[in-house]
Amino acid sequence: MNNDRTNRPPRGRFGGPGMSAPAEKAKDFKGAIKRLFSELKGFRLLILVALVLAIFGSILSIMSPNRLADLTNEISAGLTAEMNMDKIKSISIFIAGPYIFSALFTFIQSICMTHVANKFAQMLRSRISVKINKLPLKYYDKNSIGDILSRVTNDVDTIAQSMHQSLATLVSSTTLFIGTIIMMFYTNWVMAITAILASFIGFVLMFLILSKSQKYFVARQEELGALNGHIEEIYSGLNVVKVYNGMKKADEEFDKLNKKVYEANRKSQFLSGLMQPIMNFIGNFGYVAVCIVGALLTMNNIISFGVIVAFIVYVRLFTSPLSQIAQAMTSLQTTAAASERVFEFVDEEEMADESNLTKKLDKKDVKGTVEFQNVVFKYDDNDKPTINNFSTIAKPGQKVAIVGPTGAGKTTLVNLLMKFYDINSGDIKIEGVSIKELTRENVHSLFTMVLQDTWLFDGTVKENIVYNNKNISDEQVEKVCKTVGLEHFIKTLPKGIHTVLSDNDSVSAGQKQLLTIARGILQDTPFLILDEATSNVDTRTEELVQKAMDKLTEGRTSFIIAHRLSTIKNADLILVVRDGNIVEQGNHEQLMEKKGFYADLYNSQFEL
Amino acid sequence: MIKLLKNLGKKEWLLILVSLILIIAQVWLELKMPDYMSEITVLVQTKGSQMSEILKNGAYMMGCALGSLISAVIVGYLVSTISATLSLKIRKKLFTKVENLAMHEIKSFSTSSLITRTTNDITQIQMLVAMGLQLMIKAPITVVWAITKILNKSWQWSAVTAVAVTVLLGVIATIISIVSSKFKIVQKLIDKINGVTRENLTGIRVVRAFNAEKYQENKFEAVNEKLTNQQLFNQKVLAVLSPVMYLVMYAITLAIYIVGAYLIKDAGFADKIVLFGDMVVFSSYAMQVIMAFLMLAMIFMMLPRAQVSANRINEVLETEITIKDGKIDTDTTNEKGTVEFRNVDFKYPDGDDYLLKNISFKVNKGETVAFIGSTGSGKSSLINLIPRFYDTTNGEVFVDGVNVKEYKQEFLHNKLGYVSQRAVLFNDSVINNVAYGENGQGQITEENVKKAIEVAQAKDFIEKMDDGYQTHISQGGTNVSGGQKQRISIARAIARNPEIYIFDDSFSALDYKTDSIVRKELKKYTNGATILIVAQRIGTIMNADKIIVLDEGKIVGMGKHKELLQICEVYKQIALSQLSEEELKNE
Repeated sequence: MNNDRTNRPPRGRFGGPGMSAPAEKAKDFKGAIKRLFSELKGFRLLILVALVLAIFGSILSIMSPNRLADLTNEISAGLTAEMNMDKIKSISIFIAGPYIFSALFTFIQSICMTHVANKFAQMLRSRISVKINKLPLKYYDKNSIGDILSRVTNDVDTIAQSMHQSLATLVSSTTLFIGTIIMMFYTNWVMAITAILASFIGFVLMFLILSKSQKYFVARQEELGALNGHIEEIYSGLNVVKVYNGMKKADEEFDKLNKKVYEANRKSQFLSGLMQPIMNFIGNFGYVAVCIVGALLTMNNIISFGVIVAFIVYVRLFTSPLSQIAQAMTSLQTTAAASERVFEFVDEEEMADESNLTKKLDKKDVKGTVEFQNVVFKYDDNDKPTINNFSTIAKPGQKVAIVGPTGAGKTTLVNLLMKFYDINSGDIKIEGVSIKELTRENVHSLFTMVLQDTWLFDGTVKENIVYNNKNISDEQVEKVCKTVGLEHFIKTLPKGIHTVLSDNDSVSAGQKQLLTIARGILQDTPFLILDEATSNVDTRTEELVQKAMDKLTEGRTSFIIAHRLSTIKNADLILVVRDGNIVEQGNHEQLMEKKGFYADLYNSQFEL
Repeated sequence: MIKLLKNLGKKEWLLILVSLILIIAQVWLELKMPDYMSEITVLVQTKGSQMSEILKNGAYMMGCALGSLISAVIVGYLVSTISATLSLKIRKKLFTKVENLAMHEIKSFSTSSLITRTTNDITQIQMLVAMGLQLMIKAPITVVWAITKILNKSWQWSAVTAVAVTVLLGVIATIISIVSSKFKIVQKLIDKINGVTRENLTGIRVVRAFNAEKYQENKFEAVNEKLTNQQLFNQKVLAVLSPVMYLVMYAITLAIYIVGAYLIKDAGFADKIVLFGDMVVFSSYAMQVIMAFLMLAMIFMMLPRAQVSANRINEVLETEITIKDGKIDTDTTNEKGTVEFRNVDFKYPDGDDYLLKNISFKVNKGETVAFIGSTGSGKSSLINLIPRFYDTTNGEVFVDGVNVKEYKQEFLHNKLGYVSQRAVLFNDSVINNVAYGENGQGQITEENVKKAIEVAQAKDFIEKMDDGYQTHISQGGTNVSGGQKQRISIARAIARNPEIYIFDDSFSALDYKTDSIVRKELKKYTNGATILIVAQRIGTIMNADKIIVLDEGKIVGMGKHKELLQICEVYKQIALSQLSEEELKNE
């Protein structure tokens, strides 16, 4: 027939001399794929339909070359005798029919798989999102946010995309491949062997190159990683780089890494670019081989000319699925690796089930007593307990301050109180009820927490303050803003409390902190936790914040962690924590009299 | 995009020229093949042809195929070199540019965005150039050449091909026009879903404390739903493409054969075999034309994405460097260790309000001067004018009696030891982190480094680390605590042995005790160096030779601690918020 590049267009997406990235290897390929299929349960029917259509589409396209042979035979018969136009017409319809159906099948199949892939991706994303809130906090101590984020987006995307491409391609290409072999042998075995042999040589060559290029792809990924790391480091520390005249060194390092990336880029790009020309060559080589052997056979009157035409198409049909299968397998590898990462996350151990806990403390009935009884807590990775035999009582309305050097376990205490972590031994009682008997949700509903890390999201000021509270009016929000001293700030915003806060906005650290305090005030709970809530605020603003907080702490039991000791001087109870133990406790005057660790700490702020 | 191509050097353009010639050769060889093909066809058709004739034509065709393969391989090599060189050059240019941007420019781009621009965006461009260069040259040549070859064969066939190409291009154009704008929406939604997830992760403790899990999940679900629907829409539209391509390609073959049948039927006997050969050849050329158009379409599909990247890169490259280097690189005055501000005003070039207004003061050699004021009072901006992170809007800043704008930056920086608010550590050993950079006084000796570490009170914890001074600091300094990071970065400034120290709120991560020891030791060690400190704690600055109190960008008080307590209301407020009245009196 002809010498077109790829007689069968690649299914699904635009193909082309693309960069085939290295297949990330899954740890357990079979297991991952198995798991993937079991997760696809709800989509089985659609997948089945798609696969059946893919098979039918392939079979239809295998049938056509035979008809094309008939057509050619008819026309070449017309060379010497009268052209039988009726027969030509009817054959043409027989060829066109399967083509149209084949195209239709491909289309429907593609729509089905698109649906499956995207809905599956949506489901996976939802599951990850829900999972995030079910994992114990200790998971986040060990895993980076970037890692989890890349699972939500990159990995899920990879699964969706390659599933969409590889599954149907794999089935239709395999059908095509096997079908073509059968049809070739059915048509003529000598020609069949010729076609297979001719293509085979080419394929060996291609796979050799592919396996060699893999190495360069890996190298490229690695060099790029190293370069990106360097860029990130320099950009984020640019001030220091500048003032220390480190630019020369940074440039040298950059040039070195950039050169390495260049080399790896060049090689990998070159090798991956070879695929297409080689495929073309295989096609042409097969063509010539088939023509020559065919001619030999025709001349000896073993086959008709039409058979040659048919085989020219067969050679194409035969070579294209092989490379498609290779590509689909690569992308299946990637899918497996990605799904392994996603399922690994989804399967992480969740926080203990609490459905058996029936006790409930209503926040209206809680007066505000908290008791720590011989609490021991150790982080999983640590050898020593962070909290060791900690006992104390906070009475209703008391202001309890926790002070001590960094790493002493101040924040850990709060984490335990909030039931973010489970204690190893001992007990914490709220209003006489052990927190072990209360659900986390119940415990959380009793506390308001303001943290050092001011957490605001993309949304309006109001949304940030109201957060998940319901039925809060604009007036209430404005009132709260006034209480914390944000009144002026709100007035300067273009749309008042309906102004959207985004990253680039120049909201100062202090204002951010005030916003989170405003959010906390709306909660109206019996307990209050302020974890270094004022350390990002300058001292003058702090006074403002302090006033707001004093208002907030009225009538509530509050726990305050601070390293500015001035903040906590008026606390009812100061717990001095060191290496997980309370080394001293009492109020400011008592502790100063003791002339112990606290007094030392306190006095050091006046030394030069 | 085109602007970026200007980064190619003479050598690369030469390589492109060579590629062009080779591609032309390749197209010629590929278009030659159908000739031999039709030759073979005719030979096979004709009774009594010699086998040797067929073999000869087969060999020619193989020759063409091999020739085209070889030229394709060479072109592949050249193009990969060109595209890799381009990305090498653009990346270098971008990196250098970013290094020289002023701080507010970096802020307005955001560091993370600059990083993606230097990495991902350049990779996008490289991919496009690698593929585009070949296809952009090859496709048009193929189209034109193939068309000229078939034009004289038969208008009927040409018409069929024209219809097929029109249909194909029509479909592709429609699809692209529907989908391309939607791709941007998808990108935005992906950013959004990332944002919502990040938000949940960074605020995990808040989310839980507020029992807001459901709230977050609903938020996520809303974006997830939107994203899925948009993706589904896009991909379903794209799903039309493949079957249509497939149909058109087969339809054209079939149509050419049917038209061929009619032509042959009506032709004279002598023309019949020629027409038959033409038919085979024509269908092959027609396919080449269609494939060429498809290649072009592919480029156009890739183009928008690469264009976005190109724009993002150009945006940075076109940013004018506002901080221009001066010329002075030797000491021209006798002054050493002095800093003077004369009527300095400062605002961001695109900002409305002045952050600093009419600032004048002078710091003499060996003095310790502290800056204090509430957030937004301008104390960091003020100090950032000295190393020229920004330039003044009005007025001048002098170091050692010379306007900082006139110094060669490298020379100016050699005089300074700067410690930022957020400690910056590099992915290197502790000792290399401290000995970082150049100070114009030769290599910083190990002895100096160790001494500096001792002064910065970092000796104890560093020696306790697994590999002591050789311990590797991981990226972002995740294996050291905040206070430790800060002490290492203070040591870095000390090891530099500068005339002037600048501490931009660098002590706040230290506890009071360490804070005071470090300052005491520093004073002892540096003996004679000028020290500028921005601080929030009164304790840190109480004993400074001069305290400058800033409020809303203006100096509202200048003097010693005790004087200021008497005369400066703002200072008194700050002090009182931290220390009680009697404590202040005790001092």
